[in-house]
Amino acid sequence: MAAEATVVGREAAGALVPRRATRIGLRSVALLYLVVLLIVPVGLVFYRAFEPGLGALWSSITTPAAISAFWLTITVTAIAVPLNTVFGVITAIAIVRGRFRGRALLDALIDLPFAVSPVVVGLALVLVYARPGWFGKWFIAHGIPIIFATPGLVLATIFVSLPFVVREVAPVLRELGDESEQAAATLGAGPWQTFSRITLPALRWAIAYGVVLSLARAIGEFGAVSVVSGHIAGQTNTLTLLVEARLDNLDTAGAYAASALLAAIAIVALLAMTLLRPRRELR
Amino acid sequence: MISVIDVNKRFGEFRALDDVSLEVPDGSLTVLLGPSGSGKSTLLRVIAGLEPPDSGRIEIAGTDVTGVPPQRRDIGFVFQHYAAFRHMTVRSNVAFGLRIRRRPRDEVARRVDELLDVVGLSGYADRYPAQLSGGQRQRMALARALAVEPKVLLLDEPFGALDAKVRGELRAWLRRLHDEVGATTVLVTHDQDEAMEIADRVAVLHEGRVEQVDTPREVYQRPANAFVMGFVGPVTRVGNRLVRPHDVRVEAVPSEGALEAMVERVVHLGHRVRLQLALADGSDVSVLLTADEATALEAARGDIVWVTDVDPEAEPRTLAASGA
Repeated sequence: MAAEATVVGREAAGALVPRRATRIGLRSVALLYLVVLLIVPVGLVFYRAFEPGLGALWSSITTPAAISAFWLTITVTAIAVPLNTVFGVITAIAIVRGRFRGRALLDALIDLPFAVSPVVVGLALVLVYARPGWFGKWFIAHGIPIIFATPGLVLATIFVSLPFVVREVAPVLRELGDESEQAAATLGAGPWQTFSRITLPALRWAIAYGVVLSLARAIGEFGAVSVVSGHIAGQTNTLTLLVEARLDNLDTAGAYAASALLAAIAIVALLAMTLLRPRRELR
Repeated sequence: MISVIDVNKRFGEFRALDDVSLEVPDGSLTVLLGPSGSGKSTLLRVIAGLEPPDSGRIEIAGTDVTGVPPQRRDIGFVFQHYAAFRHMTVRSNVAFGLRIRRRPRDEVARRVDELLDVVGLSGYADRYPAQLSGGQRQRMALARALAVEPKVLLLDEPFGALDAKVRGELRAWLRRLHDEVGATTVLVTHDQDEAMEIADRVAVLHEGRVEQVDTPREVYQRPANAFVMGFVGPVTRVGNRLVRPHDVRVEAVPSEGALEAMVERVVHLGHRVRLQLALADGSDVSVLLTADEATALEAARGDIVWVTDVDPEAEPRTLAASGA
């Protein structure tokens, strides 16, 4: 009996804790994968961006077109991400807690932006909002152009970054259950107090993570934005479109500078989130 | 007093509560006892306002609260799985109800300290629920429910998720606490030992109906029907009567109305001895004797003995009457 138990124990331990050599091997593979696919390319972009010198980099990202592109990206993101956050939390609650017809359909629809190519999204928006489109006539008649203007860029960005908050929040909400909310109700909290004091704080890290992902996607979106933008320099070019425009003009140094700026914004967002997250919840 | 009046509740085709009426006297500790699916938790949740009844009324202290949401019923509710607010410290958990009621800061602090002392968590005020054991979490949940001084305290299988030792300790502790605080308390459990130990009154539920409401002693000794008898304690069958195993008399010689039986097994349980007997009709009877009785009887496997029901007055014991 004892001998058998020992053998079983060793096997079980072996399954869970790989041997030293295996462990190092696994780590090396994971690290190599990251280095080859992530760190080298992104690092190279930064290297190329800084290669001409700080002065040249600075002047390259402070041209009027670059500043316009920077602010356009910030503006579009600043509209799209908060809207998707609010909508995302509401939708997640509807999907997890709702008992209505079509709930499964809504759940499936949320993933549509993941499934559809961004270029198709852009084309669809053009079909609906361009001059001959369904709503296009009305908007242009009322002096609000959508396509080849900021509203179109916002719409495209909202579309492609829509699922992130929902997909982060819904599982956490499901795991949370509704007992703590019921407990709050029995302690005298009304529906709004329960939501703001119990539900929302429990979801905060899921929301934060969804926001960071949305942010990264919104800042980095290219395909959908490219179709609806019209590429009017200084007006409808976002940072990603600026990178493309500079590449087309054989201004590789300028393209690297703009790319580095894009990457830097994304890294700052990720770092901010990692630093804000208290150690207690990392465990 | 809590009055449940003609309450019905269905979940789809399932009748969770079937025309239930119940009165819980002020200051009592009433236990809703029943197997799973008997409707006991549903009844508690209807009293709390967490579940609306399909029909019927709930009154608390003479006021009809049927349509009143839980936050305005002046109740405390303790859940089986604690329902701790995980992002709050123990102190903030306990203070929650008082903060919602916008009580002055120093009053909240004083009351929370007082309650943490009562539940024995004084040293844990700044911990998070994740850093507490199950028993500690449940005591925190109890302090949280008691903080707002509710008229009514409702507990849904509060010890169900705890291990046997902690469960026993908390039971005794809750009973003492109830005697000190005196809030009208309703506790749901499927554990008849728990009900017997803690309750002033036991309401036995079965398939959405209240079968009997009585003191633990009465429910045990004068069960209303075969279901209650079987649920609150061990039973055995002598002829066509249901009897407690310790209410069967076993003798070595025949007497008036006694049935002949053969000893199949003798099990020594310390101060008790269990006899497994077979009647002439092939049915089994399980009998509990004191060690002294067993010694006097000197029964061994294969012996013939004579059994009678000690307490023929007790009603109703016949299988026919209960429909079982």
